Amino acid sequence: MKQADHWVDARVVSTEDIAEDVRRVCFAPEAELPGFDPGSHLRIEVPLGGGTTLRSYTCVPSPEGTLGVAVKRRVNSRGGSAYIWSLSEGDRVRVTLPENRFALSWRAPQYLLLAGGIGITPILGMARALTARGADVALHYGAERPGAMAYRAELEALLGPRARFYSDADGERPDLHALIAELHPEAELYMCGPLPMLEAAKSAWAAAGRPISRLRYEVFGDSGAHAERPFEVEVAGLERTVTVAEDETLLSALLEAGVEMIYDCQRGECGLCSVDVLEASGTLDHRDVFFSESEKQAGDKMCACVSRLVGGKARIDIGYRA
Amino acid sequence: MFPLNAWYVAATDNEIGRKLFSRRICNKPIVLYRKENGEAAALADACWHRLLPLSKGELHGDNVICAYHGLEFDDTGRCVYMPSQDTINPSACVTSYPVVEKHRFIWVWPGDPALADPALVPDLHWHDDPEWVSDGRVIHAKCDYRLVVDNLMDLTHETFVHGSSIGNRAVAEAPFSVTHTDTTATVTRIMEDITAPPFWAENLGQAEHVDRWQVINFEAPSTIAIDVGVAPTGTGVPEGDLSKGVRGMVLNTITPETDKTCHYFWGFARSFRTEEQSLTQRIVEGVSGIFREDEEILEAQQKAIDDNPDHVFYNLNIDGGSMWARKLIDRMVARERDTADIAAE
Repeated sequence: MKQADHWVDARVVSTEDIAEDVRRVCFAPEAELPGFDPGSHLRIEVPLGGGTTLRSYTCVPSPEGTLGVAVKRRVNSRGGSAYIWSLSEGDRVRVTLPENRFALSWRAPQYLLLAGGIGITPILGMARALTARGADVALHYGAERPGAMAYRAELEALLGPRARFYSDADGERPDLHALIAELHPEAELYMCGPLPMLEAAKSAWAAAGRPISRLRYEVFGDSGAHAERPFEVEVAGLERTVTVAEDETLLSALLEAGVEMIYDCQRGECGLCSVDVLEASGTLDHRDVFFSESEKQAGDKMCACVSRLVGGKARIDIGYRA
Repeated sequence: MFPLNAWYVAATDNEIGRKLFSRRICNKPIVLYRKENGEAAALADACWHRLLPLSKGELHGDNVICAYHGLEFDDTGRCVYMPSQDTINPSACVTSYPVVEKHRFIWVWPGDPALADPALVPDLHWHDDPEWVSDGRVIHAKCDYRLVVDNLMDLTHETFVHGSSIGNRAVAEAPFSVTHTDTTATVTRIMEDITAPPFWAENLGQAEHVDRWQVINFEAPSTIAIDVGVAPTGTGVPEGDLSKGVRGMVLNTITPETDKTCHYFWGFARSFRTEEQSLTQRIVEGVSGIFREDEEILEAQQKAIDDNPDHVFYNLNIDGGSMWARKLIDRMVARERDTADIAAE
């Protein structure tokens, strides 16, 4: 269940590059840290356009009494990546104490872990915990290049031959159908990575006739099939045109323009911020997990918090009636 | 104050069936039920969506359907149906608690599920040992569970609280010894060559010149199995030979409900006259009467504790057993706090 956020002040105690374009930043919160389990995340207040916005990051291993996050540098950052990368020792931040919405069940006879890129962050903690308890676990970890694989050495040491690594640049991909086929019938899959990988794993899982409740995943809503480009939307009823820059979301652009919206998760899960797309001159890049494949293909709705237009202009209906 | 990383009895085996059963354990509302294969399941008793108790809903196969908007959760707590949308929110999940059915109880582990080892279930095997016959009840006591532990760890109180039944001066006057391990504490009291109280005299067939024993076995955090009985003096009780006597086990396990209330599961097992259901019934009624006397004392004590917030207990020599029990409980709680979280370097 969702916990109420518990905000605390914290100080940056270290920053360290742990892989290509991956930086770990550790915070010392001014509060007693509760214990937390793998899959936990924290939220951090990110200054943006005169106000603040919130970003969630998995808690990664960090020195005792601190909270650590490992963040990938993104060219078209939604603000969070650029902010974390701008931090240096001594800086003050506001963070929430850890919360877990991606917890291990501890019930399965076998665990398959899948990580793509920076999606390794929750998977790492799971691999550690499962290994420590002697669970039957295997990890498949893909990234753009070998050098971009944070925690690879640790995972190799931890899992030995049960960890496999795949480099996109070298054309390596896990054979998901084969991996899933050989699993125990009650095995569980835990996955974190970019949307295309998630969709591939979900469809392989369903094709194998496995129950969706044994596939657990976490998304960040910041990856799609296309690179970020600016686009425009015309809001029906308000007859206003809003420009969405490449480093902001449709939702944040609408809010900044004073368009009232309801929203909650801000990572493409809940569907509250979905808008009707009346017409569009550009391709829709759906980055949510709320709509089904067929709903996405229909192309008449989109989640404003994560999904984008690949350039061009759309006319949208947010439900406002004059 | 209670450890969460422990097995606690959530219910007796007959309380849980093919309907939703709600009980608060360690401040956590939990819904319990049996799956179609008979195994028990335990979920957080609050819907992920709007927090309505799931126990108000209904069972559908092995799944629970919320009574409010129909969200459906499987026995691992995963949401498998959400209304008016084609997909299921990946975060939609309620806590599912590890469950073990053992010794005619449904045990749950309210803490870190990774540590829930079924081998750690406290020993109450007399409840399902073919050599023994047992029965018991559950009491909802309005007191800190540790007050029940204190009560059971020192039977001197029998003389005063239960003077009309099992207590006599011999209990209060006999010396006792206290021993402990890392997870258990034991109080042993042997009363040599005494007059047996009526219940024991009847079952032994002898009132005078008996040796009576009470061995209180505490297993942290809250299970207490008390070995009790009498045998004719000179048959070896002080040396540990109980074979010439009549023997019972008072089986207690206490589950914190809140900080100031608890579910007290007790039972009495015996290895004599095991064919007699009427005796079983008589014992349950008798012990119920005795425990009502305790309940009254414990609830009054809790109230007095609340009324005297600036005062703490004074401990006597007789409190050695309960002091050890509390020390072992405190140790479990402290260990839980110290446990370096798994994410630490």
